[in-house]
Amino acid sequence: MAPKMCALCGTSRAFIVRPKNQQKLCKECFTTAFETEIHNTIIANSLFVPGERVAIGASGGKDSTVLASVLKTLNERYSYRLNLVLLSIDEGIKGYRDDSLETVKRNAVQYQMPLEIVGYDKLYGWTMDQVVDQIGKKGNCTYCGVFRRQALDRGAAGLGIRHVVTGHNADDIAETVMMNLLRGDLPRLARATSIVTASPASDIKRSKPLKYAYEKEIVLYAHHKRLDYFTTECIYSPEAFRGSARTLIKSLERIRPSAILDVVRSGEDMARLVPDEVSGGARPNKDILVVEGEAEIGGGCGSANGRSSGGEMADMEKQLLDIEHAQGNEIDIALRGQKHDRNCRNTNRMPKKLHKQQMGKCKRCGYLSSQDICKACMLLEGLNKNKPKQQIEVSVEEADSPTLTRRMEGLKVIPVHQT
Amino acid sequence: MDTDSKSAQGLPIVVEFSGGLELLFSNQRKHKLSLPSRDGKGHATNMAYLVRYLCDNLMSDARQDMFVVDDTVRPGVLVLINDADWELEGEHQYELKKNDNVLFVSTLHGG
Ligand SMILES: [Zn+2]
Ligand SMILES: [Zn+2]
Repeated sequence: MAPKMCALCGTSRAFIVRPKNQQKLCKECFTTAFETEIHNTIIANSLFVPGERVAIGASGGKDSTVLASVLKTLNERYSYRLNLVLLSIDEGIKGYRDDSLETVKRNAVQYQMPLEIVGYDKLYGWTMDQVVDQIGKKGNCTYCGVFRRQALDRGAAGLGIRHVVTGHNADDIAETVMMNLLRGDLPRLARATSIVTASPASDIKRSKPLKYAYEKEIVLYAHHKRLDYFTTECIYSPEAFRGSARTLIKSLERIRPSAILDVVRSGEDMARLVPDEVSGGARPNKDILVVEGEAEIGGGCGSANGRSSGGEMADMEKQLLDIEHAQGNEIDIALRGQKHDRNCRNTNRMPKKLHKQQMGKCKRCGYLSSQDICKACMLLEGLNKNKPKQQIEVSVEEADSPTLTRRMEGLKVIPVHQT
Repeated sequence: MDTDSKSAQGLPIVVEFSGGLELLFSNQRKHKLSLPSRDGKGHATNMAYLVRYLCDNLMSDARQDMFVVDDTVRPGVLVLINDADWELEGEHQYELKKNDNVLFVSTLHGG
């Protein structure tokens, strides 16, 4: 069988079949096309401003490694003038992060970017291993996810950086759209699709430059560019609903590769149809959805993009959800994307102004929050209450539970930054 | 194309696993194999044969469904034959050649 030639240059042998359009490309043309499309996403959504300091949420996994590599390339090629920093979270899972942190350290050298590693123990007084000792192996991804979200924000804030980019890809978004469709959660479905979320609660902007990039292409990009990444799965993550949604998405891709981007776009279209009352309470400005940050997309701990959500923690999740719906302490700037806007009606729908929330500080940790107690502290409270043995007894506040034991560090949870 | 004399010899190939799949294969990324160059029915050894062979002979983990579903490579696992997407090579029908490199990459694990 004669080798097929590249559809773009016609001179080199094709190695890649692009899932979105079945185009057959050589390695070089694929690399260029992949990078250029991410550049187009960045420009179309005005993700960056010149001179901005940006923290890349780096797990050492494929998505964040590709994100770092591509951003470095584009930053130089198109003179974004970004100041890029790698930001890694150490959840404190023995052995689990060792290799991936080593990978991130190598990446820092390879990409000549400064690296900051933030640990759960320092931030929360609990490592994930200790959390698991306490609550068991099931459902702890909820903790990991909530802690992680804040950890990235806190880590960034500690560095004086107000923009965090994460490696969420099209498959992640499609998976989340599907999950929320299957559980009838239209508000979440709507929020999951936005490429930028700004959060007054943390003062940190989050964005997803790889939103339209197929996971398959991310893996191929990493492979053909010989990027140094680490594969791992959170050993604590149970394959639950998200896992099934993921399998469904991959199975659809097998039959119709364009399905992934189609689901992402359907999600965006549906998001536009969700009325304010549904999407998180009545809002004065129709263009703004109020959300709780990244909770929508892969809240687990397998990576920057968690792959699971613990079934056992459904109650806790629901509780958290209710709080979000009631108080909604973050704002989603629903930036409208690009080409899929067939009827152009909404193409340039930008929020006129951000809805101002009355911001306060978490009474426990001092972290900016519109709620009395921030999510992380809510979880920590539960953990600390049930901590059965060892640790220093401090028993404060909760005078009515005399047996309560707490870890000193657990109490002191972090007023690190964000004053 | 293959002659009978050739079929008597083994067919040396290299199989690699990554993206978490190596965990199913003794946690080893690279495996040098020697396959028979014809299957039991006298057909040239192809990818379908290799996939079955890997499940029957090389997999050290019971979780076969992490690799194969419905007799084919599980959706979400990429297959590269000498660095080229196996879609370009005829997938299961691709007839393996001496010293071919076949890479299986899972995209299902943490990113
Ligand atoms: Zn080409
Ligand atoms: Zn707090």
